[in-house]
Amino acid sequence: MAGLGVVFSKEFVDSLRERRAVVSALVFGPLLGPVLFAVLTSYAVSLQIDEAAQPIDVPVIAGRGAENLMTHLYRRQIDVDHDRFDDTEALREAVRRGDVDVGLVVAEDFSESLGNGAPARLWLVADTANNSARPSISRLRLALDEYGLIIGVHRLALRGIDPTLAQPVAVLTDDVSTPSGRAILLLGMMTYFLLFSTLLGGTQVAIDTTAGERERGSLEPLLTLAVSRAVLVWGKLGVTFAFMALSLAVCIASFAVAVRFLPLAEIGMTANLTPRVCAGIYVVMLPFAALGAGIMTLVASYTKSFREAQTYTSIAMVVPPLPILLVILNPVQSSALSMLVPSLAQHLLVTDLVKGEGLDSWLLLLSATATVAVGLACALATVRRYGSERVLI
Amino acid sequence: MIEVEDLTKRFGKVEALKGVSFTAADGQITGFLGPNGAGKSTTLRILCTVLAADGGTARVGGVDVRSDPVSVRGRIGVLPHNSNLYPNLTARENIAYFAALQGLAGRGLEAAVDRMVVRLGIERFADRRAKGFSQGQRIRVALARALVHDPDTLILDEPTNGLDVMATRVLREVIRERRDAGCCVLFSSHVMQEVAVLCDRIAIVAAGTVAVHGTAADIRAATGRDDLEDAFVDLVGGDDQGAS
Repeated sequence: MAGLGVVFSKEFVDSLRERRAVVSALVFGPLLGPVLFAVLTSYAVSLQIDEAAQPIDVPVIAGRGAENLMTHLYRRQIDVDHDRFDDTEALREAVRRGDVDVGLVVAEDFSESLGNGAPARLWLVADTANNSARPSISRLRLALDEYGLIIGVHRLALRGIDPTLAQPVAVLTDDVSTPSGRAILLLGMMTYFLLFSTLLGGTQVAIDTTAGERERGSLEPLLTLAVSRAVLVWGKLGVTFAFMALSLAVCIASFAVAVRFLPLAEIGMTANLTPRVCAGIYVVMLPFAALGAGIMTLVASYTKSFREAQTYTSIAMVVPPLPILLVILNPVQSSALSMLVPSLAQHLLVTDLVKGEGLDSWLLLLSATATVAVGLACALATVRRYGSERVLI
Repeated sequence: MIEVEDLTKRFGKVEALKGVSFTAADGQITGFLGPNGAGKSTTLRILCTVLAADGGTARVGGVDVRSDPVSVRGRIGVLPHNSNLYPNLTARENIAYFAALQGLAGRGLEAAVDRMVVRLGIERFADRRAKGFSQGQRIRVALARALVHDPDTLILDEPTNGLDVMATRVLREVIRERRDAGCCVLFSSHVMQEVAVLCDRIAIVAAGTVAVHGTAADIRAATGRDDLEDAFVDLVGGDDQGAS
C-alpha cells in the first residue's frame, strides 16, 4: 500500500491543474445549486405573498340579477366581470383550457328563490385538477360561503332565534408546525441540490483518472509498473472522494449564505442554517461522497473514451437522488429501514436537522454504514475491472 | 533474458497469436520485426503483464509473467506503443511519478530523475508541462520514465515512430548503452532498416507466429537471399499481404 500516497498526490495535483475538474467541483455544483434554489424560492415566496393581497378576476354569468352578492364579492377583493362570457358553455370551455381560474354562474331565479327562502343556486365553474387555480377557487368559495352565512344569520335573527343555534360545532385549526418545520417545504429541495453537487464535484475527476487516462494513452505505461492494480484504483477513488467532499463543503456554505437573502420570514418561515447545523449536515452527507466516488469511478472505468464516460456518468448522476423525489411525492419519516437507502437516508436526516429536531446518532451510524457499504461494493468492482485486461482493450 | 514459448492469444474471433516462440538474451538487442497486425504488440503486452495469454508460457528473467506479474513489472522498463504522458504534469513530474511507483523515494528518487533528465537531453523542457510537447520530446520523457528505476529488461514497442533524427539518435545511443550494461533489450518495429542497424538478433513475426529467429546472417542463410529486405518480404508473404 506504499504506492497509495503516491497515486493520490499525483492524481490530486493533476486534477487541480485541470480547469474543468476544478470548475465543476467548486463553481458549477456548489454555487449554481444555491443560486438556482434562491431564485426558485424567492419566486415561490413572492407568489404566496402576492396571492393573498391581490384582487382576483372572476367572470360571472347572469350576475346582474344578484347585486347584493356582487357587492359582497367586490368587498372581498374579487373583481366580478359580467361581460367576458355570454353563455355558460363558453365559460366552461375557458376554464377547461385554463384561461380562467374560476367562474361563477348565477341561476336565473336566484333573487326570486332568495326572496322566497328557498335555496338560491350558484354554480362554481372550476377545474380542480388545475393546481395553480386552487387559491382562486378557494377564495371564491370562501367568499360565497360567507355570504350564505350572513344571509342565514339575518334570517334567524329576524325570526328571533339565536344564530349560534345553527352552529352546533365550531372547528378551529391549531397549527403546530414550527416556523422551521414549514421551511422544510422549501428546504426539502436543498438536499437534492446537495447530493447533486456532491456527485458533480467529483465526476470530472472520476472520468479524468480512468477513461481520460486510458484515452490519452497513459494507462498502459502505468499498468506496467510494479504496483498492484488495487493501489492504483484506491488512489484514484481517494482523489474523487476528496473532490466530492470539497464540493459538498462549498455547497453547504453557499446555501447557508443564500438563505439569508431569502424573504422566508415574510411567510412565517425561518431557516436555521447555523454553523452547528451546517457541520451536522456535512457529517450526514459525507458518506454519500464515498458512494458517489465509488459509483462514478466504476461507471467511468467501463467506458472507453472521455465522451462516452460523460454520457454514462450523466445518466448515473440522475439515479442516486431519485429516492428523494419519491419521498417528496409520498413523505416518510426517519426510520431504521429508510436509513438503509442511500440518499433517502441523508435527505431524512438533513430534514430532521433543519427542523431543529437534532440527530439520532444510531440512525446516523446506520445510514453511514449502509451508504459507505454500497460505495465500497462499487470500489471493489472497479478494482476487479482494473485487474482484467479488458480495462485496456 | 526473455523466454517465450508457444504463446497463443485470441480476441473474439481474431486469432492474434498462433504460437509465438523466441528468446531474447541479456546483453543483446533483439529486434522484433513484422508488418502491422502481425502480433508484435500483443506479444509485448503479454510480456509486460497487461494482457494474459490464452496458452503458452512467457518468462522474464526466469520469472513467469502469469504467476508473479508484479515482480516481472519491477524488473522491466516499458515503452508501450503510442504511449503518452500526463499533460498536466511537467516532464520531471512525469518521470518522478513512475520512479515513485517503482519504489524509489527521497534523495535516491531525485538523483535518478536528474540522471535521466541529463542523459536524455530533457533539461530544456524538464519543468514545462507535457501538454504541447513534440513527439520527440514525449518519447524522450517516456523513455526516461521507463529507465528511471534501472531495469534489467527493456521492452520497447515501436519507439522510433514519428521521431526526428536527433531524437532517434539519442534513443539508439541509450538503447546501446543499456545493452552494453548487460540489459536484455526487446525492440519492436515494422521498419526493416531500423532493426538491421540496431539489433544483434532478429525475430521476424508474421501472421501470429515467429517465421524466423537469429542474426541477420542466419536469416539471409535461411531464406537464401543476400538482401535482408528480400528475405523479410519472402517471409511475411509478399508485398502488402501481411499488413492487411
